[in-house]
This record gives sequence, structure tokens and C-alpha cells, in this order.
Amino acid sequence: MSGQTGQDAKFFQRGKIQEFRAELQAAEAKDKKFMKRRTVLKKIVANITMGNDMSALFPDVVQCLGTPVNEIKKMVYLFLMSYGKAKADQIHLAIPKFLEDCNNHDPLIRALAIRTMSYIPIPVVTEALTDQLRHCLKDRDPYVRKTAAICVAKVYTADPRKAEKAGFVEMLRDLMLDPNATVISNAVAALSEIGDRQDGVIFKLNLTIANKLLAAIAESSEWGQIYILDSLLRYVPEKHSDAELMAERVVVQLQHANSAVVLTAIKVLLYLMNYMENRRLMDYICKKMGPPLVTLLSSGPEVQYVALRNILLIIQRRPSVLKNDVKVFFCKYNDPIYVKLAKLEIMYRLAREENSREVLAELQEYASEVDVDFVRKAVRSIGRLAIKVEPAADDCIQALLELIETKVTYVVQEAIIVIKDIFRRYPGKYEGIIPKLCENLDALDEPEAKAAMIWIVGQFADRIDNADELLDDLVYAFLDEAVEVQLALLTASVKLFIHKSTSSRAKELVHKVLKWATEDIDNPDLRDRGFMYWRLLAVNPRVAGEIVLAEKPAITTDADRMDRGALDQLLLHTGTLGSIYHKNPETFIRNAAGRALADSPALNANSRAVLVPLARIQLPSTGVSIPGPGPVEPHERKPSPPPPAAAKPAPPIPSDDDHDGDDGEYEGDGDGDDEDEAMHVKGAAEGTDVDPYADLDNAFGGYVADGPRPMGTLTGKRGGDDDDLLF
Amino acid sequence: MISAFFIFNQKGEVLISRLYRPDVKRSIADVFRIQVISNSDVRSPIITLGSTSFFHVRINNLYIVAVTKCNANAALVFEYCYRFIAIAKSYFGKVDEESVKNNFVLIYELTDEIIDFGYPQNSEIDTLKTYITVTDVVRSEAPEESSKITTQATGVTSWRRQDVKYKKNEAFVDVVETVNLSMSAKGTVLRADVDGHILMRAYLSGTPECKFGLNDKLVIDKNDMTGASDAVELDDCRFHQCVKLNEFDASRTISFVPPDGEFELMKYRSTSNVKLPLRIIATVNEIGTTRVSYDIVIKANFSNKLSATNIILRIPTPLNTTSVDCKVAAGKAKYVPGENVVVWKLPRLQGGQEHTFSGLASLTSTTVRQVWTRPPIDVDFQVLMFTASGLIVRFLKVFEKSNYSSIKWVRYLTKASGSYQIRY
Repeated sequence: MSGQTGQDAKFFQRGKIQEFRAELQAAEAKDKKFMKRRTVLKKIVANITMGNDMSALFPDVVQCLGTPVNEIKKMVYLFLMSYGKAKADQIHLAIPKFLEDCNNHDPLIRALAIRTMSYIPIPVVTEALTDQLRHCLKDRDPYVRKTAAICVAKVYTADPRKAEKAGFVEMLRDLMLDPNATVISNAVAALSEIGDRQDGVIFKLNLTIANKLLAAIAESSEWGQIYILDSLLRYVPEKHSDAELMAERVVVQLQHANSAVVLTAIKVLLYLMNYMENRRLMDYICKKMGPPLVTLLSSGPEVQYVALRNILLIIQRRPSVLKNDVKVFFCKYNDPIYVKLAKLEIMYRLAREENSREVLAELQEYASEVDVDFVRKAVRSIGRLAIKVEPAADDCIQALLELIETKVTYVVQEAIIVIKDIFRRYPGKYEGIIPKLCENLDALDEPEAKAAMIWIVGQFADRIDNADELLDDLVYAFLDEAVEVQLALLTASVKLFIHKSTSSRAKELVHKVLKWATEDIDNPDLRDRGFMYWRLLAVNPRVAGEIVLAEKPAITTDADRMDRGALDQLLLHTGTLGSIYHKNPETFIRNAAGRALADSPALNANSRAVLVPLARIQLPSTGVSIPGPGPVEPHERKPSPPPPAAAKPAPPIPSDDDHDGDDGEYEGDGDGDDEDEAMHVKGAAEGTDVDPYADLDNAFGGYVADGPRPMGTLTGKRGGDDDDLLF
Repeated sequence: MISAFFIFNQKGEVLISRLYRPDVKRSIADVFRIQVISNSDVRSPIITLGSTSFFHVRINNLYIVAVTKCNANAALVFEYCYRFIAIAKSYFGKVDEESVKNNFVLIYELTDEIIDFGYPQNSEIDTLKTYITVTDVVRSEAPEESSKITTQATGVTSWRRQDVKYKKNEAFVDVVETVNLSMSAKGTVLRADVDGHILMRAYLSGTPECKFGLNDKLVIDKNDMTGASDAVELDDCRFHQCVKLNEFDASRTISFVPPDGEFELMKYRSTSNVKLPLRIIATVNEIGTTRVSYDIVIKANFSNKLSATNIILRIPTPLNTTSVDCKVAAGKAKYVPGENVVVWKLPRLQGGQEHTFSGLASLTSTTVRQVWTRPPIDVDFQVLMFTASGLIVRFLKVFEKSNYSSIKWVRYLTKASGSYQIRY
């Protein structure tokens, strides 16, 4: 701020407390235009930034509060926000000045004072603030009121019960009816924050208030629009028509330039659709949502990434949103890797018979790129495409064989993993390529690929002339293999023996492996399986054959989609971290508020049937003390007080905490809002064999570049339970 | 919401550190430095460790970082980072280590104003500049002045000051289209679309109400289309905060009170009838294992009254290339070993013209035969007064209560940078 362009870089130097103190004291005697103080304070702020502890200067810096220069005031306030908590015993020095500013005739100064005070969460300051804040919430200036609204959230965080006693929550509620849209949106933001706390008051909206908030959207800042849109999920429509009218008003926001406004509007629309009846309107809304989602792909790569992860969820629930748009998800050569990986999944999901050719051509292109993860995922997608779209299977197999020709080891391994599943999907169709695969046995060094190849050799031992030879080679290092490979070898040698019971070599082999598995191995799974096979073979080899080579349930991609109830729940978090990781936030963020569809007469019967209630998952609590949930004072309730979320009636289906869709059960859904793909009720036989495609996350196992990681894996030296990073 | 905001330099030094919520401490910055800056293989702009999430955006070797401890609205966090960069650019030109250090006190002042307790607040540059200033003016402490500012900052048109005055009232409209093309080796268009931006520089007095018209029609469902017309089909369009979305929804009119100066009025996307200004025909043959031959023709596919400028073709070569023998009739072609490409620059290409590049790359023989991934040829260019979508501005009307007349200018530009890709 000195000079037009700013020349402050010179202050970025480590300095000593004593020097700064001396300079400040010297400035008291003579300081023309307060330049000296300005300079010292800049040095101090620079040192705070660099992480040097400047708290010892507390009394000296507070002295500067008397200077009538706003720039200095702001720097002192910044200092107080940094060290106020650490120097609780000296903060009283600053309070008179704070109070003076709270009553300044300049609204910017009044707002600055309460904003700063509320950043210092210690009782002395909060006490002094309480009265001032009450006045400021009713200030005639909207800027002060909007600042005060956020202050309430801060005060509430510091001490919820005290804030409630002071009546701030009611005052916030009243601010929702303020004439100024900025004030309204901040009040909504503050109430939402309070309502999301486990010990906070319940924040729900009734129709009247929800409509008032909607009306304020047009006049709100873009951020304010987001806060208001977000709060609409706290309104539970009682009638179909209420949800429909509201959706019609929200649709307008899809045209906003800010991607967060767009995604939050989409979240509201998806939520309201659960309570709607008018099919035409729902179709219309789905059509309206598609283009803005695609346009998000011309934003910066970070926003593209957020959009892509959300699109992946949205098209599972509402396939009509983007059914004709696979091309826009083709990867550009210079897309960042996280964008490419996310696009790949969407391409697979949108692949159908009509576009399978184009999709396959793209996937083949990607399979020759440089990034190993990307290439592997592309190869795997080719295999999944073969399984998903039957008419494309021939071309996919051809493509995979060409890839195997490249001899790039990770490509070959990935191809073999998927080919194994293609064999199971189309029995008797492609076994002719087995010899080609066998040529690559030596290239396999990853357990998954090895196990897949061994499965193929065992399963089709009757068609592979030298199967016994191949297996004999493979069991050579049996004891050193990964468990996954050992299990595959065990089963394969039993299969071989059943196929070729006359061959002495097969007999020898199975004997050898069974002996290893039961005598030399410590792994209980392996040992148990070994004993089981051994007894089967000993008691009745014919029956053993029937069991081991029994017909397998077909592999399908029907279960690819997440469980509908879980999806409904996840979509309530559209645009947030949870939607990026495809996990409910309460499962990976401590104290995060979960969300669930609330039941009401308007709730769609199918949504109700799969409703997943809020599971109160408590992540391990740490030393941070949170006062237990106090009694909710009756007058805190909002105009329409439905029962708290936790007390909802149990849903008709058995509640299942494991709602991440790995069980893959799918209920037929009669409302047909995703008639795009036929619904499948999966057979109960499912349980016998784990379908590798049952869960999207598992299918791409290991390839999600960005799953949230538990803290313990990296802090190491800091001790595992220090989950909150507050060192 | 956002718990902390940091700016780091390349080395991981903290240039700005602002904590908004008591759930994090400054030491959280160390975690980011270790996990992201010192990590050579960062594969996501969001890292979640325990309950803490780090969002980062990179610009000029800086990391703009937001930290949250809740299930934050990820789109909001990134949009905020982008907005911060835009504000910083507007205040001090460029955003790099030097400018951040030179303006750190100002940045602290801004970050205190545009985020409160992690919630983004008013971030309209025009308004911010009325009370957060670079120049060292001791602002008159007149409360009436402040009231004006606060009314504006929280008002319905928070992006515009009341007292704007110009001698000459002018408005410039720039229609800038970026063409994305992906063409297969067989010459079929895999994907061609246009990202359009309509930028406006408004130098208009008072509170002008503007109405804007294009030869567009917004297509919601392509299957509903009946009959053809000269109207351009837009798949989608999105507007600046100042555009009244309700009016657009009801009657398709784009009406707004513009911010003062430069802003992006709208963004749009078009995928039908995209006119590709440049046609590239590439023949690339690997001759044995030691040579690759190139034959590349570039042709300008537009009226001969127009011309493309600053054309840069990046033609990939295998990693083990030792030298490339280039022959061009126009422009300059040069092998750049560091990037494994031949860069062919053409300053200008008149509509209808075509030029040819032929080259022969010599490769060192390697013991293991590596497969060359054949990355696509990339073309950058600009064509003035041409829109690939065919979009035209029909009118821009300005209504102001003093009824002044205003001059309007329209310019069109179609360009590509890094998104016009041809496989071979």
C-alpha cells in the first residue's frame, strides 16, 4: 500500500523481537504520517507469515491501536487474531479500543471491530462482544448486519450454550426476513453451520420461509446464492406440487457463470425430484441439467474434476441427463491425469451399442499413452466394454489381443485380467485365443494377473494340451507366491486333476500342491481350502468334479451401478467432497453431518422403499472437548418443527450400514425415471461368487488416485490417534 | 467451509497464511508442504488426510491453497481460488511470487474482506477497489462515504459503483471462441466443439440497462428440433452475475446492468456445425526403426478476405530422435529436442491458402524397440473476425436515464491453444 504497485517484498526478512520493539518505541516519539509504525508492523506481519513467533510484542503492538490510520488498525487486528488466544492474559489491553470501534459512526469500522473480536474465541472478548453483537445484528447498515450474522456462527462455535442463551439464534432467524439479500444469505449460512453441528439447534425450513429465501436469490451475490440454495435441502416438501413449483424456480440458476452455483442448483433439483410426480417436468429438468454439466468441462481443470466426479454419480441415478454426450468426455492429450481418469469412467458408463465403436477407438488410443495408471485403466475399460456391450465384444477382444502383442508388461497383465472375465461372460466363444495368452506366461509378475492366468489354465485345462506342463512350471515357486496366486494355483491344480484324472503328471501335481497347502502354509484360508479339496477328492472324485467345475453364475455389469438408496443419499452431497470420493461425509470426516431423504407424504414410493436412514457414525473422537448434546430448547425450533432426523421411522427395508453398494442388490424401480436402462433384479445365487463388477470402486480397485487417506499412514512419528492435525 | 488460506511458493515457503477457523493451526501448512509440494507425483487437486482436506490451484509456480475440515463444497472452494487469482490480477497485474510478496499487506486486507469465517463474501472487484486501495490515500473517514460503499457491497448491483462518469460512452464486445478439435488418423472428426466467451468492456456513465442479442437459439433437446434456420445452436450458455436470469428464462432476453470496465458477460458452448478454420492432412510413416517421414499440409478453410495469424504447429517426434531435416515453403520449422517436437511457425495464412511441411527424422537405434505413442499434432492459431460457431452479435442496446448516446464496437476472434489436435 506504499506506492502504486506495492514494494513490500523487502519486509520479508526474519527479524528479532527486540529490534521491532525498539523501532516501535522510537516511533512513539516521532513518527511523521505514522510511516515508521507502518513499516515495523509490516515487518511483523511478514514475520508472522513466515512462522516466527511474534507474540512477545503483544503489548507494544496493541499500543499502535491509537493511531488513526486504517491500514495500521488492520495490521494490529491481524496481529490480535494471530496471538489473541495465546495471550489471553493481555487481551484486555485491546478491549477498550474494540468497544470504541464497535460504536464508530463508520459502518466499515463497526463491522471490522466485531468481525475481529469474534475471531478471538476467549471468554473476555466474547463477553465484551455479546452486547455489541446484539446491537450490530440490528444495525441500520446492511454491511454491519451481514457481518454480525457470521459473527453469530463464530460465537456459537466458541460456546454454543452461551450463544443460545444470549438469544442470537432467534435473532439470526429473524435476519432471514431482512430486506437485504446479502444479510439473508449470511444468516442462512450461519444457521446452516449451527444446524449441522451435532450439538446445535435443528434448522429446518417451512414452505413460506423457503419461498422467501428463493425470492432473495436473484438479489444475492453468487456466494449468497450458494448458501441459500444449499439450505433448501432443509425444506421437506409435503405436496408434489410444492416440490415442482420450487424446482421450476431453481432451474433458472443453472445458467449462472459460477460452477458452484450450478452444482448446488443441481443438488437441489435432484433432491426435489424425489418428491415430484409430474414426469414431464422431471424429464424437462433432466434435459436442462445436462448442458450446464458439460459446460463445466470448459472451466479450470480443478472444477472439471469436481464436475466429472459428480457427473459419474448423477448419470447413475438419472441416465437421461447425459445419454447422448459421450464424445464430450473423450480425453484431450494434455488433460491433467486426474481429469483423464475421471473421464474414462464416465465414458465407460455412457458406452452403449450405438457408440461402442467410437468409445473403443478412443480407449485404444489411450492404451498407447504414457501414464501407467491411465493406460491400465484404459485397457481394463476395453474389457469391461466387452462385458457390457455384447455386440462390441469381438472388436474388444481383437483390440486386447493387439495390445498383448505390444509386450508392454503392464498392458499385457491388465489385458489378461479382463480377458478372464470375458471368458466367463461369453462361455465357449473366445477360448480359441488361449494359446496366445499362454505365450505371455513369463511376462506376468503381478499377483492379480498371475492369478487370472492360472484361473484360465485351470478352468480350460481340457482344451490346453500342455496345461499340466504349464501348471507344473507355475507351481515351481509356490511357497513364495502371494496368497492370491497360491489360492489360484491350488484350485487350478485340482481342476487339472479333474479334467485329466488319468494323467500321472496331474496326479503328482495336485498331490504336491495339496501337501504344500495343508502342511507348509500358515494361511488359514489356503489350508482350509486345501483340506476341503483333499477330502472331496478322497471321498468321491466324481462329485468333486461336479462341485469344482460347477457352472458359474454369469458375469454381468448390471450391478455396476451403486445401490439406489445409497445413491439417493450421496446425491444430497452433490458438489461437496463426499461426492468426489463417492462416500458419505460422516464416514470420513469427523463431526460431519450426514444427510438422508426425509420422509413425507410427497416422497416418491420408490425413493422411500430404498431410503437409507442416517447412520450415526462416530469417527474416533480426539482430545477436542465438545460439550455433550444439551437439551434443545423448545423455542429454538424453527417454524415447522418436524422430529429430528435421528428419530425418523425405520424404513421398510432392513437397514444396512453397509450401504456403499458392495452387496449390489438392486430392487426393481417402478417409477421408471431411469427407463433408459432396464432394471435388473439380481438372482439370489449372486452370493456364491463375488462378482468383480459389483462395485465400481472395487472394479477400479487401486486406481482411484485420490481416495481420502487415514491420517495414521503418514503421521507415523506423531502418533496414530492425532487425527485432527492440531499439532 | 474454508478453515485456512495459504499461498506457497515453489520451494514451499509460506507467502500468505490466513486462518479463518479455530479448527486448524498454522502448522497445517507443513503438512501441505510435505504431502504436495515435496511430492513429485501429485495426482489430484484435492488431498484428504484424516478429516482435513487441502484444495490447491497452481499459478506461475505458486500454490493457492484452501484447507477445510468439513464436507466442503468443492466447487465453491475452487471457484473462490480462481476468484482470488482474478482479484489479485486486477489489483497488481500478475500473480507471481514477487507480486505477492510486494503486496502481502494488501492481500491480507483483501482476504479478511472477501472471506469471513470461511464463507466467501462480496468479491466484486469494482466494489472492493472503492475501499481497499493500493494507493496510499488516507481515506476520508466520512461515514457518508462508507455508507455508500456498504450499500453497494451488499446491494442488488454489488458489482457497480453509482457514480461512474465518462465523457464518451463506449462499449466494446469481444466474442472469443476457442475451438476444440480431435481428429482421428483417418481424418474423421472425433470431437469438435466451441467454447465461446463474450467479453465486454463497458465504459458507460450512470446505471445503464443493457440488452444484448445474438443470432442464437438455445437447444435443450436436439431431438425436438424441427426445420433448419440460420440461427446458431448453442448447447448451453451461462451468464455473469449481473445478467437477470429470470428474464432470460422467461423471454430469452439478456438484460443486465454491467460492471464498470472489463468483465465476462457470458460463456457458451456449441457443438453443431462447427466450422473448422484450419484443415491439417498429416502423413507420418515410420521407415524401419531409424527414420520417420512427415508430410503435413495445412489449409485455411475460410474466406480469402480473412487470415489466420500466429500459427504454431507442434509435430511430435519419437523420443530417440537425433535430428530432423525440415523443408517448408513458408514460415520456419525447427526441431526442439527438449520437447520432442518440431515447431513449425507460420506468421500468417490467408483464407484459401495452403502450405506443406515435409521432414525426415533420424532416430538412434535402440536395443529394445520402443513403441512410439504418436501423440497428436497440436495447432495453435488465431483468426480475427471469424467465429467457428457462426455466432453473430445482433444488437447491444443501452438505456440510461440521462439518455446519452453510446458507441458500441464488436470484434470476433477464433483461436485454439493446445486444444486443436490431429492424430495420424
